Amino acid sequence: MARMKFLCDADRCIECQACVTACKNEHEVPWGINRRRVVTINDGLPGERSVSMACMHCTDAPCAAVCPVACFYTTDDGVVLHNKDTCIGCGYCSYACPFGAPQYPQTANFGTRGKMDKCTYCSGGPEPDMSQAEYVKYGSNRLAEGKLPLCAEMCSTKALLAGDGDIIADIYRERVVTRGYGSGAWGWRTAYGETVTV
Amino acid sequence: MTIFSRLLTALSLVLALSLIAPAASAQVNPTESSVNEDALFQALGTSPVAGRVTIPDANAGYLIKPENKSWAALQGQTLHTLSIVAVVGMIAILALFYLIRGKIRIDSGWSGRKILRFNAIERFAHWTLATTFIILALTGLNLIIGKSVILPLFGEAAFGTLSTWGKIAHNYLAWPFMAALVMIVLLWIIHNVPNKVDLEWIKQGGGLLKKGVHPPARKFNAGQKLIFWSVVLGGAALSYTGIMLLFPAEAGTAADWQFYQTIHALVAAALSAIVIAHIYIGSVGMEGAFDAMGSGEVDENWAKEHHALWVEEVKATQDRNTKQVATPAE
Repeated sequence: MARMKFLCDADRCIECQACVTACKNEHEVPWGINRRRVVTINDGLPGERSVSMACMHCTDAPCAAVCPVACFYTTDDGVVLHNKDTCIGCGYCSYACPFGAPQYPQTANFGTRGKMDKCTYCSGGPEPDMSQAEYVKYGSNRLAEGKLPLCAEMCSTKALLAGDGDIIADIYRERVVTRGYGSGAWGWRTAYGETVTV
Repeated sequence: MTIFSRLLTALSLVLALSLIAPAASAQVNPTESSVNEDALFQALGTSPVAGRVTIPDANAGYLIKPENKSWAALQGQTLHTLSIVAVVGMIAILALFYLIRGKIRIDSGWSGRKILRFNAIERFAHWTLATTFIILALTGLNLIIGKSVILPLFGEAAFGTLSTWGKIAHNYLAWPFMAALVMIVLLWIIHNVPNKVDLEWIKQGGGLLKKGVHPPARKFNAGQKLIFWSVVLGGAALSYTGIMLLFPAEAGTAADWQFYQTIHALVAAALSAIVIAHIYIGSVGMEGAFDAMGSGEVDENWAKEHHALWVEEVKATQDRNTKQVATPAE
């Protein structure tokens, strides 16, 4: 089985926000929710880099550790998904996540929130694959169709890579060796406990 | 040798050039000298990696917050274990106490005469505080240990529904809890100021461990004062941190919220354990004790044994009142 991961090659990202738009459109993500976002470090300074960030589908996901109702589960592909029917909108996962992935569609009295929403690695939720119920709650299930996440698939500079962790790490490693520099596999150390060494 | 000397001249040339023209060396290639994640982590320590985003939510600008994982471990493991230990530990201690000491009886038996110990307002405040606390404690405990205790029993769907209602109850019942907490402070703080009588009570272990030992006490003995101050101070801490958790936007940063959550869980575990002991001694643990909060009237013999000085005070007041009534107005 593949161990699915994201890798953003910040030396290639041009901050075009196409990944953000693709994600929003593909899953009909409601207004105010960003499953993916682009953060620009050193904005306007030498060495400026942009990183596209979403749920990293961590190994030993901290969101799952704090969830009071244990609504998170990891698929055979290493994708961290959650069950919106069980979610109580407590917000604990958003405080545990190092990447700001969990999003909430609404805020109500006393800081309560709607059901949490986050990147599904384009692989839906616990409902039957490609069902209407799954689409309404989690968006489309591209993985079940044999496709990779749309954000990475349509990245114009191929900065955002999605796929098996070993394969995308190899691609990145090769790029770094060829061009002679690389700002690192952003978030990997935090999400997977190890980074891509060149 | 020739190669070595050539290298040396080249090196000195480079050195000289860099000294002569510092402007040239300051020019950086923006493509090659990019910000590196490893270097950034080393420079930042535990601070989050942040940048600019195009969306209005400023929090989205945080790219990586590695320190969130330490709170996750604290909440997911440490607090989980501590809460179980606090509650189960206290129940075990009380079970052991019951097995050794048994129910604390009224040594001189029931007298049949009653003394009013807590009036209707006091009982109302107590039971409002008690019922809200029990629901808050159970729903709170559910958030910490429910997934390892209730989830395997009821299944995910039922547990999710239960937890949703539990969360709503927790959020709304916090307010009557706080109101009742203010009431008991106003009603009982005067009786709970520590004094010399308490020292003697503590010295004799409150008569808890030996049969027939009854150190004197006024309306509240040292043990009850300890409960009172635990509830008042613990309740105040829970109220303050709880309000911060209820209004996360006003609480400050995410790190502040995590701090409040940790304090909230720790105080809740400690206070739950203390209250379990309080419930025990006020019900199955001691004969005649429940009446104080049940009907409000306690048996005179129970009162004499556990609150001798308070009984004297009550009698003295009663005597004064009857004298005043007996004396003709003219």
